[in-house]
Amino acid sequence: MKDKTDLQEFRTEVRQFLDSKLPARISRKMRLGQRMTKADYEEWHAILNAQGWLAVNWPVEFGGTGWSAHQRLIFEEELCAAHAPRIVPFGLMMLGPVLQKFGSAAQRDRFLPRILTGEHWWCQGYSEPGAGSDLASLKTRAIRDGDHYVVNGQKTWTTLGQYANWIFCLVRTNTEVKPQSGISFLLIDMTTPGMEVHPIRLLDGEAEVNEVFFDNVRVPVENLVGEENQGWTYAKYLLTHERTNIAGTGFAKAGLDAVKRIASQEMAGGKPLITNPHFAARLAQIEIDLMAMETTNLRVIAKVAAGQAPGVESSMLKIKGTELRQQINDLTRRAVGPYAIPFVSEALDEGFNAQPVGPEYAAPVAAQYFNNRKLTIYGGSNEIQRTIIAKQVLDL
Amino acid sequence: MSGNAPSFGETEERMMLKDTLRRFLSDTCTDEMRLDSSSAGQEDSSGIWVQLAELGVLQILFTENVGGLGGHGFDIVTVFEELGRAGAVEPLLENIVLAGGLIADLGTEDQHALLREVMSGRHQLAFAHTEPGSRYDLPLVTTTATADGQGFVLAGNKAVVSNADNAQTLVISARTNDALDSADGISLFLVPAGTPGISMRGYPRIDGGTAAEIELSNVKVPADALLGKPGKAFPAIETRVSMAIAAVSAEALGAMEAAKELTIDYLQTRTQFGRPIGKFQVLQHRMANVLIEIEQARSAVLNLAAVLNSGRMQRERNASATKNLIGRVGRLVAEECIQLHGGIGMSQEYALAHYARRLIMVDHEFGDTDHHLERFIALSQAQEPVHER
Repeated sequence: MKDKTDLQEFRTEVRQFLDSKLPARISRKMRLGQRMTKADYEEWHAILNAQGWLAVNWPVEFGGTGWSAHQRLIFEEELCAAHAPRIVPFGLMMLGPVLQKFGSAAQRDRFLPRILTGEHWWCQGYSEPGAGSDLASLKTRAIRDGDHYVVNGQKTWTTLGQYANWIFCLVRTNTEVKPQSGISFLLIDMTTPGMEVHPIRLLDGEAEVNEVFFDNVRVPVENLVGEENQGWTYAKYLLTHERTNIAGTGFAKAGLDAVKRIASQEMAGGKPLITNPHFAARLAQIEIDLMAMETTNLRVIAKVAAGQAPGVESSMLKIKGTELRQQINDLTRRAVGPYAIPFVSEALDEGFNAQPVGPEYAAPVAAQYFNNRKLTIYGGSNEIQRTIIAKQVLDL
Repeated sequence: MSGNAPSFGETEERMMLKDTLRRFLSDTCTDEMRLDSSSAGQEDSSGIWVQLAELGVLQILFTENVGGLGGHGFDIVTVFEELGRAGAVEPLLENIVLAGGLIADLGTEDQHALLREVMSGRHQLAFAHTEPGSRYDLPLVTTTATADGQGFVLAGNKAVVSNADNAQTLVISARTNDALDSADGISLFLVPAGTPGISMRGYPRIDGGTAAEIELSNVKVPADALLGKPGKAFPAIETRVSMAIAAVSAEALGAMEAAKELTIDYLQTRTQFGRPIGKFQVLQHRMANVLIEIEQARSAVLNLAAVLNSGRMQRERNASATKNLIGRVGRLVAEECIQLHGGIGMSQEYALAHYARRLIMVDHEFGDTDHHLERFIALSQAQEPVHER
């Protein structure tokens, strides 16, 4: 499927699918920046799964699409353009590939189908209060006790942990060796006694991340992925998968379209804001950068198609992509003027019937700007990514 | 900054005011209060509003002819820097600098009597000027005031009116004649908030405090509700908005200083890779930039404070210069301080979240970075016309 015509046909097929199957109720919520509930995500996942398009980066043998990186890019772009929810990545994009590569046959048979059906909702147990950028310093302890590991410690910034019933965790199983060599990769049922999930409210008022506490949580040894103390290797593999489409060009293009629509409706000095020279210059600067980044992204995808693993390029795309998206958020909050100030939280819930304060599109804009400060922090902060580039490419 | 250099407004009285206010606010403005700032300005809340009045802080922002104790630009920035540093969300801007200031500047002696109540903290005001489509265009007023027998009838809509739901009296701008965006023809009216025909829809601001959308439908006011001469209120509005720009710029400066202190403390104590993260040169340089830009912000605030009582051109050109710079530096400080913290910098319960929200939202009040860049260019060219175009 490398041919341009084939890809164009694929794009058409995706569009037709979205036209007929993406519920209008859900795309409307996405367009208005309203909160996605667990049920919304489950409904959308089920629709994608029925089409066979849920596990976009899994091979066909495990129930995935078997798509090329180029197809995945097109799919993501079309989803964003149609205001479809993102695919919740933890089970599908992150854990799935790790189990396929390092899991036992029993683990693959047990967990992969349940990721697809949604019976298991996974979250990621990586960061800890004392282990952020320095992830290898993590302290959550797992001690072998017969057929179980006994887990004690705390994870944090666990995205959508409030919806999850399973968590994949990096835990310390050896304290005698260098930090990276004493880490194991454990799958933990969150209904096990001793587990607690507490929400963390962020500066936009939302609680999408959590603290997860482990107090003598007993985990069967069959839930260890691969070998004990090899977890760091699996985690690094997972991070490269997390960074597939890390550039987020689909989000950026949809965001740029949205800000153009807003700026066409906003008036400044008696003229549409989009014709204001200073605003137009900011918009153009972002669009020019995005045009180049799309090609950078395609160049990396071509390398992947030619069999080369994405290495340091993913760090580059993560930095450029997240900073560009933050600039788009910044421009959008500028565009709505004084109506960035009101914060009517209820307007972000489905079924909000009251008259909006100011234009309808203004309601989520400031909160989204603040929320997306996370883009340059999570998944390895942009400072960490720059250090990777400096060490691995520049040899400094 | 010693020797015979300019004093930058640092009189002994202002230094005392600064110290008193800083002590008072650091005792009273808690994280819990900042988290739930929807009660700001209410008498039955933490009582801060009344205590600020008792401390004489509200009086310091008024000139002596109306019973105040100061009212100079340096008084305004001294008070607001401390409010910003403490993360206070009390409505001094709305009550004193804007609505109260307009009454002081334009009011009759009878109207001035209201200010004594305001200075005591017992009567509150709001300035209803911005409209749903006016964005940052100060002269763009479409609300109308039509002469009707002995008085006027007001009709129109006002947008994002801060402190409206605490206010007993509103200062409302309306057009009594001329084109919709002309500076001439704008009048101000003192209107009790409960006057029939006024409907308000209140909501929280994302940076604390409250605001409201106001609909004016056939609002009948008597002739003595008029503040100043009919159709001639714009110069006073422009002047007061420049004072408000000085106030929010100083408030932003205080918030920047507080954000900077939190971040330096975090860089010194947060350990990753076996050392405090402040030992990494890349973070040191970024923090150094933050410090340099905050000093620029301080100078910009002083520049404006010094010319608030000067002629229009000097005042307005400096107002736009300062607001442009504060918008840029406020964004830099908010974004860098969050990034240098990492995840914890985004946590609602941590004070930085509050400072960051306020710093960004200051850019959405009284004109943003781009608005004031354009205005600075226009004012500069009017001052020194460019002949070869």
